[in-house]
Amino acid sequence: MTEHIDLEQSLHMYEQMAKIRAFEEKVNELYKSAKMPGLAHLYSGEEAVAVGVCEALKRDDYITSTHRGHGHCLAKGAKVDRMFAELLGKEAGYCRGKGGSMHIADPDSGNLGANAIVGGSMGIATGAAMSAKMRKSGQVAVCFFGDGALGQGLFYEVANMAALWKLPVIYVCENNLYGEYTHHTETAAGEFIARAQAFGIHTEIVDGQDVHAVYATMQKLVERARRGEGPAFLQCNTYRYYGHHVGDINRAYYRAKDEEADWRANRDPLTILATRLIAQKLTDASVIARIDAEVNAEVETGVAFALDAPFPDVREVNEDVYA
Amino acid sequence: MHDRELTFAEAIREALAEEMRRDARVFIIGEDVAEAGTPFKVLSGLVEEFGRDRVIDTPISEPGFSGIGVGAAMTGMRPVVDIMFGDFLGLVMDQIANQAAKVHYMSGGKLSVPMVFRTTMGATRRSAAQHSQSLHAWVSHIPGLKVAIPSTPYDAKGLMKTAIRDNSPVVFFEDKMMYKLKGVVPSDDYTIPFGVADVKRAGNDITLVATSSMVQVALGAADLLAKIGVSAEVIDPRTTLPLDTSTLIESAKKTSRAIVIDEGYEQYGVTAEIASVIADGAFYYLDAPVKRMGAMNVPVPFSPVLEDVTVPTEQMVFEMAKRLCGK
Ligand SMILES: Cc1ncc(C[n+]2csc(CCOP(=O)(O)OP(=O)(O)O)c2C)c(N)n1
Ligand SMILES: [Mg+2]
Repeated sequence: MTEHIDLEQSLHMYEQMAKIRAFEEKVNELYKSAKMPGLAHLYSGEEAVAVGVCEALKRDDYITSTHRGHGHCLAKGAKVDRMFAELLGKEAGYCRGKGGSMHIADPDSGNLGANAIVGGSMGIATGAAMSAKMRKSGQVAVCFFGDGALGQGLFYEVANMAALWKLPVIYVCENNLYGEYTHHTETAAGEFIARAQAFGIHTEIVDGQDVHAVYATMQKLVERARRGEGPAFLQCNTYRYYGHHVGDINRAYYRAKDEEADWRANRDPLTILATRLIAQKLTDASVIARIDAEVNAEVETGVAFALDAPFPDVREVNEDVYA
Repeated sequence: MHDRELTFAEAIREALAEEMRRDARVFIIGEDVAEAGTPFKVLSGLVEEFGRDRVIDTPISEPGFSGIGVGAAMTGMRPVVDIMFGDFLGLVMDQIANQAAKVHYMSGGKLSVPMVFRTTMGATRRSAAQHSQSLHAWVSHIPGLKVAIPSTPYDAKGLMKTAIRDNSPVVFFEDKMMYKLKGVVPSDDYTIPFGVADVKRAGNDITLVATSSMVQVALGAADLLAKIGVSAEVIDPRTTLPLDTSTLIESAKKTSRAIVIDEGYEQYGVTAEIASVIADGAFYYLDAPVKRMGAMNVPVPFSPVLEDVTVPTEQMVFEMAKRLCGK
């Protein structure tokens, strides 16, 4: 599966994942030191999904994101400094401080926005795909959502239409086993993919901790979509390392510490990729260490920028209500 | 009855627990209501006492489990449906407004829908535009619904018990910023009738009608006003539907000035309805136009510097009252 993925691209994907990891660690620190208003839902552990998916996209392809959206945003090409600025409610943020963690949008990189309504972007992504088709632009749209979002009826309405009309949309289900504090086996009957298959939608399941696997599968789905062969549903099996949000510290009542430790020790997407590249003698530990150092420096600079940046002028509160 | 302080959240939980003990038809349904006890921990401990058959975790399917609530209510149960954030009313409005609210009337009184939708409201939690709205005006618009919007732990318990015993659908709004607010709550079984306003502070010079979180704001403003010799009366309608029009009108007749303060958007809001009730009923007694203060007419912004100016504050109410009183 990895033969046609060259080293440069692999290292780029490593860098993107490392950047997301470092970003999220810093967000957690900001929360703990009370420097960030509100809460955030961390993406740590799930990096290979966003990076593998976005690596298969062009800059002008669309994504829609979720409450756990920092990884999607970075993977699609957003910059660390302006993301931190948004998380801190600063003028320099992607949404001038109006959106915050759960609403970052960056149309320049094709990101139509994160969404705080679970499943809320399923219509938007499908509509963007329909628009791409109408405009014959060749773009595809990717809809990221969690396992829990399959509970939303909206999915079944838009998936039906996407299949009927062969829309270039790829539904990426990030199955991290839990929706908030509940395991998916308590909330979802049957197989996830069977729901998409009911509409005749092409489905795939991948190991969401293996960025090569996500990327290679996604490439196929994107090509299908661009050829006009219609929507696809990609289930990525993954895990979030932290709580549902940064404040969800005591988790033992809904998931075992051993389970968390096992994923971190044995299923870590950064370790899996680095180990593979080193084992194949394509690179060595010093290259990996240098990337880690670079992204850490980028994150430090970015957060310092955001902490220093000014808040918006209060008069801006009335701006942007209407276009 | 002995003096005992509970938080707002504990008062709600106690009301639910007492009603569930009293009436086996009452059950709770919603997302993460069981072991998690909701993200706000309002329901902690209930699943341990009542079990998973009566404290039911659902998928993230608000329209679905709301509809299930309506059907169960029509056929002999008394569901309490948990809608985590008031903003999610956007998802369930058909079930509430077209189904629950209308069944009794459409069936010529043959069917009824005895159920409670519990949900939240309130900004300044840095939760941004889709988790901060106060949308009680939406449901207060719909005939067939009742809408409770308590401001104290005492009222929360009494109104919740009334809501559960009511034979019509009730939408019950809890301000998430108030969950930790403490107050005296009797441990005995009491109810508070709907449509009866409560005078939270008596006064003679100006009437401050306030709901939910804005009651604390109005009381704070009344303290500030007292320092400049203005005696403010603070009235909490407690339910917007039914609305206790006579208490509001009588107070305005007495003081001849009124401000209505509510955390919903100001435009077309609860404040508009209440202000018009007062303007109409107390017209010949008023010395000033009835003023309205609601949330700013913008989606709730994330940045704290912006969010903080969207909700009326003590100081803003104080200034407005001062002006109305010509001080
Ligand atoms: C319509 C709606 N219902 C409930 C919530 C509260 N909520 C936020 S995230 C979440 C769980 C989502 O689970 P999943 O889709 O699996 O995403 P994950 O958090 O696991 O990434 C819930 C219930 C919400 N934001 N929107
Ligand atoms: Mg999940």
